Amino acid sequence: MAEYEAVIGLEVHVQVKTQSKMFCSCPNRFGEEPNTMVCPVCMGYPGVLPTPNKEAIRKTIVAGLMCSCTIPHYSKFDRKSYFYPDMPKNYQISQYDLPFCIDGKIHISGEGFSGAPLADKDIGLTRIHLEEDVAKLNHLGKSSGVDYNRAGVPLMECVSEPDMRSADEAYAYLTALKQIMQYADISDCDMEKGQLRCDVNISLRPVGREKFGTKIEIKNLNSFRAVHRAICHEMERQAYLLDDGVVLRQETRGWNDDRGETYLMRVKEDAHDYRYFPEPDLMPVTFTDAEIEAVRKQLPELPVQMRERFVRDYGLTEYDADVITHDKAVAAYFNQTADTAKNPKLAANWIISELLRELSDGGVSISECVITPVQLATLVNLIEDGTISGKIAKTVFAKMFESGKDPAKIVEEEGLVQVTDESAIETFVDQAIAANQPQVQQYKDGNEKVLQFFVGQVMKLSRGKANPPMVIKLLKSKLD
Amino acid sequence: MSGKVNIDAGYVAQLARLELDDETRARLQHDLEEILGYIEQLDELDVSGIEPTAHAAALSNVWREDVAGQPFARDVMLKNAPAVIDDELVKVPKVLPSEEM
Repeated sequence: MAEYEAVIGLEVHVQVKTQSKMFCSCPNRFGEEPNTMVCPVCMGYPGVLPTPNKEAIRKTIVAGLMCSCTIPHYSKFDRKSYFYPDMPKNYQISQYDLPFCIDGKIHISGEGFSGAPLADKDIGLTRIHLEEDVAKLNHLGKSSGVDYNRAGVPLMECVSEPDMRSADEAYAYLTALKQIMQYADISDCDMEKGQLRCDVNISLRPVGREKFGTKIEIKNLNSFRAVHRAICHEMERQAYLLDDGVVLRQETRGWNDDRGETYLMRVKEDAHDYRYFPEPDLMPVTFTDAEIEAVRKQLPELPVQMRERFVRDYGLTEYDADVITHDKAVAAYFNQTADTAKNPKLAANWIISELLRELSDGGVSISECVITPVQLATLVNLIEDGTISGKIAKTVFAKMFESGKDPAKIVEEEGLVQVTDESAIETFVDQAIAANQPQVQQYKDGNEKVLQFFVGQVMKLSRGKANPPMVIKLLKSKLD
Repeated sequence: MSGKVNIDAGYVAQLARLELDDETRARLQHDLEEILGYIEQLDELDVSGIEPTAHAAALSNVWREDVAGQPFARDVMLKNAPAVIDDELVKVPKVLPSEEM
């Protein structure tokens, strides 16, 4: 089998989070009764006039700037002709040669989805343009039913350069793109609601060859995991065919998630002729440098910048920072916790190992979490200043998670303050030694592991409240 | 008519999903050539020094604030549909899922 290299480019559609649709004032809302969020504009009635949504355009510019794009001074909308019932006008208002954002890039690094390390590299972003989403089709037995609620929802299309070489890189690119959209509040990117949709273009070429192979497009990818699987599958499938001397043709394939394989949808006989032309109903959009800079000034921190800051300022590991920033809400939670926590690294540990686990087990999102960032910081500070041990803290945490009570209050009510009074601990140590003479002998015979047994006994007697280092110190002084 | 006009009525019809008999196609071919030929007179104008534009009107940034309004009632909007399903979906001939955007 020859050695092949995959060349992958992604087209990602992202719905822009707005109050109203792109060209009319119908509400941009998911999950409503069919055809209740419609008007003559989004249902394509003749003679209506579209008016662009300023906020959708602003958010597209934000998306572009977050991805290091150039924002041209002059943009326009175009008509893209196509005939399908999901587009009632028989054309989609889109952007052809003068999109809002061009020449961007998205950085990927770290560990890939498969666990293998990723190359530290930039994936080129050819363009981001703004268009209107199409209606939702319900394919029934003998006919199809159209729901126009989605028609006219602002939709960004983000087109990457063919810069990815593996399923891991494509997955990382998608993750980074989604994070950016969420961080900047451009879209919630909920794939189950169709807010983010991804098509893959993939070809194979023998390693070392410059020229691209025949491009295959994959559609119907419903999750990032499906994208990853589909690319792995397609790399194998195409390599197998190429090894057999088959000449591939340009085609569109679907992804069957249950079977874990792609299937032929259609062959591209000739390139689609969309007959783009400038949308005469809409005026061009222009921006001055000052206007673009004003948007740039308000950009939120990029996930990658936040990760660097957490490592630099709070002493987190790369791994901690990666987990914390995966979800914007978690990053914000940590940010607030770190504000008042004396030891932010310890706070991060509590978020990663306890809080996220409990939330996930309970199926609760962090925004619904009853423990506030300030309360978590207080808990961490109680450990830090020696008021409670790490072990007791877990009990306190569990109670906080149940009741949302302040940790200091729980510690006080339950009498959980760590015992650091030497004489009190000494009493427990004496009791433990008196009650376990055989173990004392074992220790004296040289079995040092028995010390841990005694520590356990003392902790039990103190109901977990004895300060562990002091327990060890006292035990040693009595037994040695 | 002008020989520099390049239009294929058959291809245009195909893109518009129109079926034309030979006679109609020939007539439309002639008409389209006439129309385009007429427009091509514009080529005679000297436009050097004129900045290109995507729109005839000298306007830009005509937009609206992002405020949701009241959508139309469903029964009103579906009144013009040739057929509906359960009074809530517009009924169209069965289409293949693979053709959508």
